[in-house]
Amino acid sequence: MNGPLTVDALSKAYSSSGRRVAALDNVSLTITAGETLGLVGASGSGKSTLSRVLLRLLEPDAGSIRFEGEDWLALRGVDLRRRRAHMQMVFQDPLGAFNPLASVASVLDDPLRIHDIADRKQRPAEIAALLERVGLPTAFASRPVRTLSGGQRQRVAIARAIATRPSLLVLDEAVSALDVTVRGRILELLVELQRERGLAYLFISHDLAVVRAISHRIAVMDAGRIVEEGPAADVVTAPRSDAARRLIAAVPRLVTEPA
Amino acid sequence: MSPPFCSVRNLSVRYGLEAALKSVDLDIVRGERLAIIGESGSGKSTLARTLAGLLAERARIEGEITWPALGQAPLPGRDFGFVFQDPGTSLNPVLTIGEQVAEVARRHLRLDWRQAYVHAEGLLDRVRIPQPARAMRAFPHQLSGGQRQRVAIAAAIAAKPALLIADEATSALDVVVQAEIVRLLDGLVREEGMTLLFITHDIALASGFVDRVAVFRKGELVEAGPVRSVLSSPAESYTAALIANHRDLSTKPLITEVVS
Repeated sequence: MNGPLTVDALSKAYSSSGRRVAALDNVSLTITAGETLGLVGASGSGKSTLSRVLLRLLEPDAGSIRFEGEDWLALRGVDLRRRRAHMQMVFQDPLGAFNPLASVASVLDDPLRIHDIADRKQRPAEIAALLERVGLPTAFASRPVRTLSGGQRQRVAIARAIATRPSLLVLDEAVSALDVTVRGRILELLVELQRERGLAYLFISHDLAVVRAISHRIAVMDAGRIVEEGPAADVVTAPRSDAARRLIAAVPRLVTEPA
Repeated sequence: MSPPFCSVRNLSVRYGLEAALKSVDLDIVRGERLAIIGESGSGKSTLARTLAGLLAERARIEGEITWPALGQAPLPGRDFGFVFQDPGTSLNPVLTIGEQVAEVARRHLRLDWRQAYVHAEGLLDRVRIPQPARAMRAFPHQLSGGQRQRVAIAAAIAAKPALLIADEATSALDVVVQAEIVRLLDGLVREEGMTLLFITHDIALASGFVDRVAVFRKGELVEAGPVRSVLSSPAESYTAALIANHRDLSTKPLITEVVS
C-alpha cells in the first residue's frame, strides 16, 4: 500500500534540567490517500512534536519519513520548499499564524505565488474560488485578517492550506478554540474537502469526541509513544490502553435526565 | 426564603459603543453551583468581571448589583476568589508558589508569615499537588498547566471566601486534566459550603455537576433555571441548539467509516 505518508521509528529527545525526556519514542504510522488518522493524547504526550517533525520544523534524532514516495527527511533547500506545497498545515490559532495586518487576499496570494500555482493575472480569480470553496464571501478578500471572527479566520487558514493542492493536511488542534456551532461547520467543511479532493488528514487533538467525528483510524499517544492504534470505532468502544481509557472517561457527557 | 447571596438587576455594561451586557437580571443563591454558559461574545466573562469589580476603567456600568448576604461589595481575596483561564498569567512568575498562596492567607486571615506558610502547604495538599512541601519552593514555570491551575485554585480559596468564581478555568487544559480540575472544584465547594460561579462555553461540562445554569448570548440572558429542567426541556431555541451541537463519543461521526 503506497500512502502519502509512512513514518517509521521516529525518535526525538529533549533535555530538560539535565534529564533526557523522550518527546517521540519509536513512533511509526501510515496515512493513506483520502484518509483521516486522528492523533489523540494528553498535553505533553508528543503530538505537537510529531507534527513539527513531519512539517520539517524540527529534526528527529532517528527514524524515517516517506512522503509521496520520497525520503522526506533527505530533502533540503529548494527541493524541500517545492515539495512542502503538498504537505500543508492548519494550527489552533490562525491569528498567530498570519500577519494580523495582512488582507485575506494577500494571505492567499502568497502560496499561489511562491508555489507558482497561478500567474499574476489568474490569481484574483483563484483567490475568489478558494474563498468560495471554504464558504466565505469573495468580498472578504480585501478585509484585514484581524477583523474576521475565529471561525472565519480558520476558514481562511484552510483556504491557504489547500491553495497549493496538497495531498496531506496536518491539522493541529485546528478546531479546539472555536465555539461548538462553528466547530461543527468547520469539521463538515473538512470532510467535504476530503471527499472532493482525496486529501489525507493527520488530525491532532486532545479532544477524543472531535477526533472521533472525523477520523477513520485513531492513534493514541502517551509519553512519546503510540500506545494504541486502530479503526476509530474500535478505539472508542473497546480501548486497549490506559491512555485511551483515560481520554474516553474524560470526555464531558451531556447530563439531561432529571436526577 | 432567605435573601439571595447576590442580586443583579437591569445590569448593562458597555465598552465604548459596544454593549457587552444588556439588562441582565440574575440572582445567585448562597451555596449553589451556578454555571454561566455562553459562546464567544456572550458577555459571560464580562458578567464575572463586573461581579468581581475587575472591569477595565473605560467600561460603563448601569444597573444594580447588591450582596444581601455580605451587606457590602465583596473584597477580592477575602470574600471571593477568582480563578482565570490561564494560570500562566495570573500567577506571578518570580515568586515561589508558597509565597503566593501564603500571601493571601497572611493578608486576609491575619496570620504571620510562618502560620501562613503552614496554611499554604495544607492548601496545596488539599488541591492535590504532589509533594506540597517541595512545590512550596517551586516557581510557576516549573509546574505543568494543570498543576499551575491547582495552585491558582489554592490561592483563590486561601482566605476561605464565600464565593469562588472560575472563569473558563479549565478551557486551556487537556480533557483529562479538565475532568480532574472540575472534580476538585466540585469537591472543594461542597466541603467548604462555598458558592460557585462556573463560567464556561461547554454546556456538557457544566451539566455534570452544577445546580443551576444561566445561558447567555450576545450580552443577553437567554434563560436560567435548574440544570436538569433546562437541559431536558430548554425553553429557548438557542439553548436547544447548544445542546444539539454537543458532540461526545456516542454522536454519529461525520465521515463514513470506510475510506472510499
